[in-house]
Amino acid sequence: MNNVSSKSINTSTSQQTNMIDRINLNLKKRYRAERRFKFYGLISICFALLCLVVLFTDIIGKGHTAFFQTYIALEVVLDADVLDIQNIDNPKQLSEANYQGVIRHSLRAVFPDVTGRNEKRKLYALVSSGASYHLADQVRADPSLVGQTIQLSVLADDDVDTWLKSRRNNGSEAFTGRLNSQQLDWLGNLFEANRLEQKFNIIFFTNGDSREPELAGIRGAIMGSLFTIMVTFLLSFTVGISTAIYLEEYAPKNRITDFIEININNLAAVPSIIFGLLGLAIFIGVFGMQRSVPLLGGIVLSLMTLPTIIISSRAAIKSVPPSIREAALGMGASKMQVILHHVLPLAMPGMLTGTIIGLAQALGETAPLLMIGMVAFVVDVPGALTDPSTALPVQIFLWSDSPERAFVERTSAAIMVLLALLISMNSLAVWLRKRLERRW
Amino acid sequence: MTLPFLLTLIAILICCSFITGKSRALTKSQRVGGARYLNSLPFYYGLLAAFWCAIPCLLFILIWSTFDEIIIRHIVISNLPETMRNIAKGEMTLLLNVVINIAAGLREVSGEPEHIRDSVAHLLALRSNSNMAMTVIALCLCVYAIAITWVKINPELRARKKVENIFKLFLLLCSCIAILTTVGIVASVVFESIQFFQKVPVTEFLFGLHWSPQVAIRADQIGGSGAFGAVPLFVGTLLISVIAMIVAIPAGLMSAIYLSEYASRRVRGVVKPLLEILAGIPTVVYGFFAALTVAPIIRENVEWLGGSWVFELMGLSVEVSSESALAAGLVMGVMIIPFISSLSDDVINAVPQSLRDGALGLGSTHSETIRRVVIPAALPGIVGGILLAVSRAIGETMIVVMAAGLTANLTANPLESVTTVTVQIVTMLVGDQEFDSAKTLSAFALGLMLFLVTLVLNIYSLHVVKKYREQYE
Repeated sequence: MNNVSSKSINTSTSQQTNMIDRINLNLKKRYRAERRFKFYGLISICFALLCLVVLFTDIIGKGHTAFFQTYIALEVVLDADVLDIQNIDNPKQLSEANYQGVIRHSLRAVFPDVTGRNEKRKLYALVSSGASYHLADQVRADPSLVGQTIQLSVLADDDVDTWLKSRRNNGSEAFTGRLNSQQLDWLGNLFEANRLEQKFNIIFFTNGDSREPELAGIRGAIMGSLFTIMVTFLLSFTVGISTAIYLEEYAPKNRITDFIEININNLAAVPSIIFGLLGLAIFIGVFGMQRSVPLLGGIVLSLMTLPTIIISSRAAIKSVPPSIREAALGMGASKMQVILHHVLPLAMPGMLTGTIIGLAQALGETAPLLMIGMVAFVVDVPGALTDPSTALPVQIFLWSDSPERAFVERTSAAIMVLLALLISMNSLAVWLRKRLERRW
Repeated sequence: MTLPFLLTLIAILICCSFITGKSRALTKSQRVGGARYLNSLPFYYGLLAAFWCAIPCLLFILIWSTFDEIIIRHIVISNLPETMRNIAKGEMTLLLNVVINIAAGLREVSGEPEHIRDSVAHLLALRSNSNMAMTVIALCLCVYAIAITWVKINPELRARKKVENIFKLFLLLCSCIAILTTVGIVASVVFESIQFFQKVPVTEFLFGLHWSPQVAIRADQIGGSGAFGAVPLFVGTLLISVIAMIVAIPAGLMSAIYLSEYASRRVRGVVKPLLEILAGIPTVVYGFFAALTVAPIIRENVEWLGGSWVFELMGLSVEVSSESALAAGLVMGVMIIPFISSLSDDVINAVPQSLRDGALGLGSTHSETIRRVVIPAALPGIVGGILLAVSRAIGETMIVVMAAGLTANLTANPLESVTTVTVQIVTMLVGDQEFDSAKTLSAFALGLMLFLVTLVLNIYSLHVVKKYREQYE
């Protein structure tokens, strides 16, 4: 008996030493696992940040060239006969004059040996079809130019632009696109004569959409977005804040309140395209509203951003301490006075932050706008809430479908503008939060 | 009278009403012994009077201008000659458009038949009558309100209480917009879907394996049978979502764990805003990135791998479509990383510190604590977050529209082109469409499916997350 017990003690001590050994043995493995686990975490973060960096470099790499545009320097003789202007005081003649003709004449003057009809057409194709508008504006502003010879930078065709940019970039194989070898020879000559120049692409910021890449700009899209966001702001800010005040300050705890809350939380997660269907079926189908207008776009987007604004406004109202309300009530203020004079001003920074974030979301949204027809090809810059228009993200979507390489760089440039807008809005929100929000 | 002019006039009348209310209160208070015997501040009497003037009048204008055009069109149609009234619905819309365009001066009236000219005249007459009636009634309402103010304002009137009630009613109405939106969404998809299911049986839509929504315009057209089996779309949506989740769940979860458990304050301060930027990038930008950068890279690499034995062994085709599910799925995964990361971060931070301390005290390493204690404790919340992310992936539109294809392939091969529910909705409804063709209506049926699936996912996951929060609060 005794023997047995001592034996069992013996084995248990040996087991104990074994256990510690085993633990020590395992320890290395466990520390390795620890390091591995931490490494996985680090890798995940690095992956996410790498994606961000790749995305930005890709977009900027593709888009930065769009901010410059190729022009061809020509001496243009503003010959009254070619222009077909007899009387420079006649505005009708000035506006209908043959500006394209003089530009073509000066092109031929640079390449005198181009004679054939087909060859001529190829030569003229180097210049953008919109080049004459600029000249027309210049002459209309100063009619005395007629008869003189002026130095003019003529807007080049997008193929020329792409060729020059790809040539600058890697020197070796330039992207030729639709250009044939003869046109490339001419371009080589122009390049050596220093007639090809790159200027800041002002057209990109002043024009509406166009089928010609060199004439396409984002002004129309930006104005459309601006109008849309204005409507969204007015509607979602008023309604969102009112809802937040009601739910936080007035709502009794009952079924209706619960139902409203469930609705808001659920709407926050409904896919944006569903809001587009709502706009199409209810606002266009039932109420007969006009399609493709910023007013409708703004209404649809405000329904979409409402939950975001309501949720953040409620948080802002909640953070106002009850003592403030009690003090005001104690001084004889009514409920409305408490809210309007005390709670609202104190909660305003938080509400504004939420609103700006919601608006940034709305500004980048595309899918619901496609549903309500804000995807049409609109050349004119919209000037009112009821003018047909697109929005910046929709413009990006439209351009990304275009086959021309010049549109790829313009799409990327438009994305850069959009991202710049969004990041500055978000920074403004962060700044507001840091600057104005009070900690109690 | 134009609407802006009318509104300006009404604004002036509202101001008058305000002044009347305020001054009436002050004058009447003289009889009872001065302004201090008023029930409320004079300002509130003015405000109440302004509300009396503004609310009925503006409400009337809103309702009138919403419905006048619809009613006018009905009257114009019913006044058409007998023969014209019985034409098909589509032709009627066309005819009405012609009339409206002529009335708006967008089209020449000369050369149009007699009945159109009559209708234009009729339309213009009705419009001007309606406008006149609206103006007169609106102004009468304002003047009447001012008269009421004149009579009714007296020191005993509890103006502040009444103004507060109006304020509260306004807030309540604003809150109901959330309910109205939901009702609107349900109504917009359900009614069109019912019409669709009258043309195409529900079972065919839900279980059919073939999707080609092109309906023939003429009966003898080739390939225009129009098949509405949505299974390929569901499979395509699922495939892309699964790829996205394979990327997003590990990356998002691990970065959340690292940020909340390992990272120093400074690293968090830098990384979190950067992740927020990733979350704030519009989906159209991701779509562009997927279509123009990721898809070509995938195609080149797979074609380069294509000759290797791996693919032959697996029997996969090396044909890579330029619009592969893989590109769309990968980029969507990247888009969802910050979403999962921030949701899991919240959830992990809500796990009480005592649980961690206990595990660490028993000798477990940091990673063991996280894997065996923190994650199991946070699991319901994490699952809720992941379900929200899945609902987001299913409803995501722009990435798939730009990077996934249009052809409905029933395949599980991520290198082939598939299409999704959202892509089909967009392609059916962008551009001109007739409202009652099966093709257009099918988009609403798909919208209904999308709404139902995301609704179930959202409600369930919100419920789970809420339950979880309550557990530790």
